[in-house]
Amino acid sequence: MNVMPKWADVVLIPLISLVLAAILSALVILAIGEDPVAAVKLMIDGALGSSYGWGYTLYYATNFMFTGLAVSVAFHARMFNIGGEGQAMLGGLGVAMVCVYIPWPHWSLALIFATLGAALFGAAWAAIPAYLQARRGSHIVITTIMFNFIAAAVLNYVLVNVMRPKGSMDPATARFPDAVHLPSLHDLLGPLGISFSKSAPANISLLVAIGACVLIWVLIWRTKLGFEIRAYGHSESGALYAGISPFKITMIAMLISGGLAGMMAINNVMGEAERLVLNATEGAGFIGIAVALMGRSHPFGVFLAAILFGFLYQGGAELALWTKIPRELIVVIQALVILFTGALDNMVRMPVERVFLALRKGDN
Amino acid sequence: MDFLTLIQVLDSSVRLAVPLLLACLAGLYSERAGIFDIGLEGKMLMAAFFSGAVAFATGSAWLGLLAGIAASVMLSGLHGLASITFRGNQLISGVAINFLAAGMTVLIAQSWFHQGGRTPSLAGAARFNPIEFPFTETIGTIPILGPIYSELLSGHSILVYLAFLAVPATWWILYRTRFGLRLRAVGENPAAVDTAGVSVVRLRFSAVIICGILCGVAGAYLATALQAGFVKDMTAGRGFIALAALIFAKWRPWQAMWACLLFGFLQAIALRYQNINIGDFTIPVQFMDALPYILTVVILAGFVGKAIPPRAGGEPYVKER
Repeated sequence: MNVMPKWADVVLIPLISLVLAAILSALVILAIGEDPVAAVKLMIDGALGSSYGWGYTLYYATNFMFTGLAVSVAFHARMFNIGGEGQAMLGGLGVAMVCVYIPWPHWSLALIFATLGAALFGAAWAAIPAYLQARRGSHIVITTIMFNFIAAAVLNYVLVNVMRPKGSMDPATARFPDAVHLPSLHDLLGPLGISFSKSAPANISLLVAIGACVLIWVLIWRTKLGFEIRAYGHSESGALYAGISPFKITMIAMLISGGLAGMMAINNVMGEAERLVLNATEGAGFIGIAVALMGRSHPFGVFLAAILFGFLYQGGAELALWTKIPRELIVVIQALVILFTGALDNMVRMPVERVFLALRKGDN
Repeated sequence: MDFLTLIQVLDSSVRLAVPLLLACLAGLYSERAGIFDIGLEGKMLMAAFFSGAVAFATGSAWLGLLAGIAASVMLSGLHGLASITFRGNQLISGVAINFLAAGMTVLIAQSWFHQGGRTPSLAGAARFNPIEFPFTETIGTIPILGPIYSELLSGHSILVYLAFLAVPATWWILYRTRFGLRLRAVGENPAAVDTAGVSVVRLRFSAVIICGILCGVAGAYLATALQAGFVKDMTAGRGFIALAALIFAKWRPWQAMWACLLFGFLQAIALRYQNINIGDFTIPVQFMDALPYILTVVILAGFVGKAIPPRAGGEPYVKER
C-alpha cells in the first residue's frame, strides 16, 4: 500500500533524514565548543566558494559516484556489497599495472584501457564473494568484509615486494609516465573560455563517472537485465518462478558492482596521485554506502548525494585546516546519514506516513 | 624456535586473543538472538576511548571500565533501537555504529585532550596491572611446567582471567538456563517464542545489551590493560576478526575461545616475525595478516564443515496482528 505520494518517498524522506543528521552534527560541533554556523559558512566557502574548492569537491564526488553506484546496483538485487573498499583497492592495482607496464602513446587510449583494467580487477574481487553467495550460500556481507581485509594485505604485499621501484623506501609504485597524465578540469574548460583552478585534482574521470550514472540508469530501468535484477531484488521466489536464474543475477549484479567500485581508481590513482599508494582509497568505498542510501539507489540520486559528500569532504578538510574541528567530523556526519537514511529509515518514515494518512482522510 | 620463545609467543597470543574473545562472545549473544552485529568494532572503539579517558581523569581503571561499558551499551541501545524497535537493516545499523565510533572518539579526544585524537598515557592504578600468581619465583625454576606457570598463566591482568571465565559462563547461560534456551530460540524462530508468551523484543534487547557490556570490557582491556591509553583507531579491525572467529566457531562458546586463541596466535606470530622461511619458501607477513580472513571465507564457503548462522538472524520480527 502506498500511503505516500512518490515525491515524498524520493525527496521528502531523504531530506528529513539529512536535516536530522545536520541538526545532530551541529549539536556535536556545539558540544566541542565551536560555532556551527561559522563552521557551515567556512565549509561552503572552502568547498564551493572558488574553482579550487569546486575542483576538490568534484574530485571527491567522482570517487563517490563510482562507489555509490556500485552499492546501488547490488542494492537493486537486494545484496549489500560492503566490499567496495577492497574492490576499489584492487581496481587501483589494475590501473597501476596498465599505466606502469604498458607504454601508452596518448592518455585517451590509456584511459580506456585503465578503465577496463580497473573494472576487471574490481569485478574479479567481487566475483569470489558473489560465487560463494550464489553457490555455497555464504553471506555476502561477511565475505565482502573479509575480502576488504584480504585486499589490503594483497595490496600491501604487491606494493612492498613487487611493484615498488628499486631503491625506494615508500610502499608505492613508480610515478606513472607523463603520457598517461589525465587532463584536469582546468585543461578541459580552458578552451571553452572558462578559467578553472590549475591545482585542483578534478579531472576527466568526472565525465566518465557521469557517463556511468547514465549507463546504469539505462541498465536498471530500460533493459531486460535491469528488470531481472530488480525483479530478483523484490522477490527471489517470484524471480525464480519467472525463469530468472538467481545464480546469474547474483553474479552479474556483483560483477557490475565490483567493476564500478574498481573504476573509482581512474580518478584517485590515475587522475590525482599518478601512482598507486597504500591507502589510496581513503575510505571512499564505505562512503559509497552512505551515498547509495541517501540517493535511494537511483543513479540521479547517487549523483546528487555524491556531490553532497564531495562538498562535505572538501568542507571538512577546510574546517580541519582553519578551526580546531578535526576531519573526523565528516566521519560522524557520514555515520549519521547512514543511520537516518538506512537503519532508522522507519523512524523517519512512520510519522510522515501518518501525516499523509491524516491528510488523505481529510480529503475524503 | 626454542621452548622459551614458544612460551613468549603463546603468552602474547593470550594477550591478543582476549579482546577478540570478549568481542566474539559479545557477538555470540547478539547473533544467537537473531541480531546480526557488525558494529562490534565500533562498540569496542568507543569503550576503549571512554575507559581510557575516565581512567586518566579519575586515576581508577575500574571507573574507566565502567565508563567503557556504559559507552558501549549506549551504542548497543542504538543498534537495538534501529534493528528491533524500528525494524531497520541490522547490517546498515552496524556500519553506521562503526563510523560513529571512529569519528566521535577522535572528535571528543581532540576536544578534551588536544593530543591529536589520543588520551594521555595511563600509569599506576589507572591501568589494569598484571596479577602475579603466588610462588612464581620458585615454581618458575621447574623445567617445562615452570615457565608455563610463571610466564604463560601468571602475570596477566584481571580482565584476561575474566574473559576466559566468561567462556564457561556463556556456555552455562546458553545451554543450562531458561534465558539461554529462549535466547537461542528467538534466534531460530521468534514466532514460536512469541507464541509461548515470551517477549521477543525484551529478549533481543537483553541480548544486545549483554553484547554491549562484553564489547565494553573488550574496549577497556585494549586501552587500560593491553596498552596504556587510547589511540585513534586502536581496535584496528579486531571487531571484524572477532566476527570471523564467531563464524569459525559456528556460534558456539568453547569453539569461539579456540578460534580466538588461534587468531591471537596468528597475530602474535605476525607481530614477532616479519617473514617466515620454510626451506626456500617464504611466507610473507601480509599473508599472516590476512590468514584469519581467508580461513573465515573458507569456512563460510562450507569447504571445511558448514557454518550455518542462526536461522532468524538479520530478520526483524514483525508480530502478526
